[in-house]
Amino acid sequence: MTTSLADVAASGATLRAFLHGLPGVDRVGADQRAAMLGTRSIKTTAKARAIDLAISMVDLTTLEGADTRGKVRAMCVKAVRPGGGAPRVAAVCVYPDLVPVAVEAVAGSGVKVASVATAFPSGRSSLDVKVADTAFAVAAGADEIDMVIDRGAFLSGDYLKVYEEIVAVKAACGEAHLKVILETGELVTYDNVRRASWLAMLAGADFIKTSTGKVSPAATLPVTLIMLEAVRDFRDRTGRQVGVKPAGGIRTTKDAIKNLVLVQETAGADWLTPDWFRLGASSLLNDLLMQREKLATGRYAGPDYFTLD
Amino acid sequence: MSRLAVRKTYKLFIGGAFPRSESGRSYAVTSPDGDFLANAARASRKDARDAVVAARKAFPGWSGATAYNRGQILYRVAEMLEGRRAQLAGELGLGRAEALASVDAAVDRLVWYAGWSDKIAAVHGTANPVAGPYFNLSSPEPTGVVALVAPADPLLGLVSVVAPVIVTGNTCVVVASEPSPLAAITFAEVLATSDLPGGVVNVLTGRQAELAPWLAAHMDVNALDLTGVTDADLALRCEQEAAGNLKRVLRPVPEPADWTADPGLTRMTRFLETKTVWHPLGV
Repeated sequence: MTTSLADVAASGATLRAFLHGLPGVDRVGADQRAAMLGTRSIKTTAKARAIDLAISMVDLTTLEGADTRGKVRAMCVKAVRPGGGAPRVAAVCVYPDLVPVAVEAVAGSGVKVASVATAFPSGRSSLDVKVADTAFAVAAGADEIDMVIDRGAFLSGDYLKVYEEIVAVKAACGEAHLKVILETGELVTYDNVRRASWLAMLAGADFIKTSTGKVSPAATLPVTLIMLEAVRDFRDRTGRQVGVKPAGGIRTTKDAIKNLVLVQETAGADWLTPDWFRLGASSLLNDLLMQREKLATGRYAGPDYFTLD
Repeated sequence: MSRLAVRKTYKLFIGGAFPRSESGRSYAVTSPDGDFLANAARASRKDARDAVVAARKAFPGWSGATAYNRGQILYRVAEMLEGRRAQLAGELGLGRAEALASVDAAVDRLVWYAGWSDKIAAVHGTANPVAGPYFNLSSPEPTGVVALVAPADPLLGLVSVVAPVIVTGNTCVVVASEPSPLAAITFAEVLATSDLPGGVVNVLTGRQAELAPWLAAHMDVNALDLTGVTDADLALRCEQEAAGNLKRVLRPVPEPADWTADPGLTRMTRFLETKTVWHPLGV
């Protein structure tokens, strides 16, 4: 049922009517389904493939005030060659001023450079500043832009403002892919997560991302489940596929594999590629590499033998 | 009217908590005469893995604590053990008098090692005379996470291998005596109520041959104490696995070992690294 969504954003009232007309989320049901899918047992060869797939989906991230050029360069080296014959990761994710360093370090490897923008992580600035921030990162060579939505406007019901900001940032992105961070930890309810997902997709997001990583709780399984349902329903409705990126709080191989199971069972195998599903993380990569080493050597690996992030 | 018997469930001790084995398995523990005593948890390799993670997590805090503080906590363990004297004596599978004497010896052993906490650096460290304008000081530092296979003596043997390892600031994962693990779990309850931070000592019960090779091969374990391994082939295999990351290894002690003898310093010094600092003399 491909119905037109063209007029949905014609005014604040129509947008609001559409978003509030979305079916509500059964909180208990979503929690239980996510928990149930989290109990799947993935072992031996399937586990080895899942680990390699998860590594290839990682957006290796460093978003600290203390980031230096050296740290970003070291991270990029690891992104290109994680070690032990593991596949390269999908992308590195840095602050806008460090994009040129990352671009140079990953040049020719196929690893994308993502940059956060739009007054990350709070998003508390004027639209002009946000657009300029985005343009700065794109000009520096970023392939992907991770923007944050204005949660204050969203929570006070000013959906049109959020929509127009995303549209403006999307325009500033040009060729670069746009990931829209919903910061689900601040959205309070699952219904809001679903509405924000649709809002971002309607406004032209290429990816919807759970969190900045600066707010707890970050990427919980039920939230990722709801966003996966949203991208699935959006494609059914419009034919356009949107990616999902849970970020923050995914630290272990077990967490990563649970996410993969969720993708397979909710959105389907079409999303099980780095083009449509990413894992935003920093410490996760080492755990994946350690598990990979355990499968390869038959002995438990220790963090002393892997680089610090 | 007689009371309903309240039987104790013997579980593992990992990270300061008492979980059942991840595998859900248990095994029957019998007295030397063959009478059923209790079921003990039969730990799997994943329990061993979790225990190593807990021990690693506890290491910075425990090794960073002052020697005085570690000594006080060990002394506290001795105090709490004294209070459980009667219960532990009943779990040793010995005659009453012999069992009480064994518990007393374990308490005394803890007190003895507690006293060493702030003295080992003075005895084992040195101020080295060097041909240059420097202070040159060597001081002992803990090795890290130590995996222990406890000897058959259920309490005194266990205390005699655990206390010297932790008093210097190491954390450990100990595989309790396979035939008589009950006292080890009661000892874990003593540890849990003695201000010892969770994860400093982790106790696994189960099959020695199943657990020891995994711990010996684990890349995040820094040293291996094979004291309680009785099977020569298993000991050899463990030593070979331990070579993977150059673990310090203490080789098996042939049974019957006399745990009441003066322990000496070897068990402490084997799990220490020497750090030497060159410091320029002020002019």
